Amino acid sequence: MKFKDIPISAWIGILSTSVFVFAAVFAPWIAPYDMADPVGQVWEPMSWKHLLGTDNLGRDLLSRLIFGARTTLTIAAIATLLSFFVGAFLGMLAAVVGGWIDQLLSRFVDLLMSIPTLIFALVVLSVLPSNLITLILVMGVLDATRVYRLSRAVGVDINVMEFVEAAKLRGENRVWIITREILPNAMSTLVSEFGLRFVFMVLFLSALSFLGLGIQPPQADWGGMVKENKDGIVFGIPAALIPAFAIAMLAISVNLIADWLLNRSADTKGGRGEL
Amino acid sequence: MSGALKLIAQRIALGLLLLLLVSILIFSGTQILPGDVAQSILGQSATPENLANLRAELGLEKPAYIRYFEWLAGLMRGDLGTALTSGVPISEAIAVRLENTLFLGAFAAAVSVPLAITLGLVSVRFRNRWPDKMISASTLASISLPEFFIGYLLILFFGVKLGWFPSVATVYEGMSFADRINTTVLPALTLTLVVLAHMMRMTRAAILNVMQSAYIETAELKGLGSFKIIWRHALPNAIAPIVNVVMLNMAYLIVGVVVVEVIFVYPGMGQYLVDHVSKRDVPVVQACGLIFAAIFIGLNLLADVISILSNPRLRHPK
Repeated sequence: MKFKDIPISAWIGILSTSVFVFAAVFAPWIAPYDMADPVGQVWEPMSWKHLLGTDNLGRDLLSRLIFGARTTLTIAAIATLLSFFVGAFLGMLAAVVGGWIDQLLSRFVDLLMSIPTLIFALVVLSVLPSNLITLILVMGVLDATRVYRLSRAVGVDINVMEFVEAAKLRGENRVWIITREILPNAMSTLVSEFGLRFVFMVLFLSALSFLGLGIQPPQADWGGMVKENKDGIVFGIPAALIPAFAIAMLAISVNLIADWLLNRSADTKGGRGEL
Repeated sequence: MSGALKLIAQRIALGLLLLLLVSILIFSGTQILPGDVAQSILGQSATPENLANLRAELGLEKPAYIRYFEWLAGLMRGDLGTALTSGVPISEAIAVRLENTLFLGAFAAAVSVPLAITLGLVSVRFRNRWPDKMISASTLASISLPEFFIGYLLILFFGVKLGWFPSVATVYEGMSFADRINTTVLPALTLTLVVLAHMMRMTRAAILNVMQSAYIETAELKGLGSFKIIWRHALPNAIAPIVNVVMLNMAYLIVGVVVVEVIFVYPGMGQYLVDHVSKRDVPVVQACGLIFAAIFIGLNLLADVISILSNPRLRHPK
């Protein structure tokens, strides 16, 4: 694979996603102030001292944004990983084993998907304790339904190919079939889907935090920062728009990368191109 | 017609069954804690008396399936129970709010659906030229923008800077229709922008799919104008997929409405639900959750029925 084959839109995506990841990883070193210190007046405008201004409690907005990147990216990534492990495993299992396991899992997923994700998350969060682990579990499990459908569909396709038949005749067990025969061939589809699910998780987490049901203060995440600063909007103070813009930028950049991966795997017939 | 009627009856029966299963899922969704709902509602600092009171109020001494059937029986009579936090019957509190939410949803739908279909047609007419490219690019932006970004941006510009519309969408009973429209312009616009691009894009895809058929080529060879071909020959045959996309987006509106209502402090179901999730008022959350799910299922059902009816092969069986 050559660098010049990567389209400009994908480069933009890769570049700006890297900026976000860099900010998240090195937050304590690059943030100008501590995220919890009130270092100025309430809702100061942008200045050299505070590049993005200050928030509703006089904390530096840029510093909170940088630390918030950490929370938002980490939680969204863990939840996406969880949803992929659960969804891809069960999807592949349903595709390979078939029969009543497939029926049971598929009908249950149909049922779960007939309730809007956000609504069901709200129902469940109303009784669960508000902590990070429940949040990640709820996000991951609800989203696993989408991954399940995709990986089952891909799995069923690959399961009838000759090399899988050959492996079955050779007497390989199901674990081998799934991990050595099907999974490698489903990988490029799953990878680009990973990008899309990650974007969905970022938006989902931000929506929950914005509604006050996601990450709890004093932790900073982008959705929560929008909530903290939203009262300023009616006075013409744009502080809430800055974290909202960051969410949008992150989502667009990851989408650009996922788009490119998706087109690439579509080009190479069945997604078996060199990675 | 009988074939189509039979199919529709089947879909409706399936929809009702689905709704029943969803009600079980929503009910059990609030029972999944290994411990006790009362404990998790009141927190660690609750006194034993408070716990006992709440358990009695929730009927927790009875087994879960009996509570489920009691809840279901209440639902059938239109009795959604009483809110724990205020003691007010939920049905009364919800009636007005449901109306407000449906009004907002209908307003957004009335703007976004015709607009999306028209723009989809334009995009097919000018495919691979600049109007089409712009529409493609805006899709990417629109699936990435969170509702609150669009919402607050609109408030900041149209509400605060220009002062054209109120930034907080307060509606009350006895408000004139014109006032109500004026107040809900910004939330409806936000919802429209959230669903517009996806609907446009899918309309374009559905029509392009039909455009490859032989009868379109015939129409072209007859010398019909391109808009006429799209309007008279392609669109009627693309109705079923378009209706599906429209309904999918209407269902998305119902979810988007939750966040949008909170942004604009609009007194609808979504805000009611969110408020009571943080107060851990389980009966209200169950009732709202079920109503949202029912609307969602109902819209999907409607999409199925319309696509059956729009299919001439099913309407006029041999």
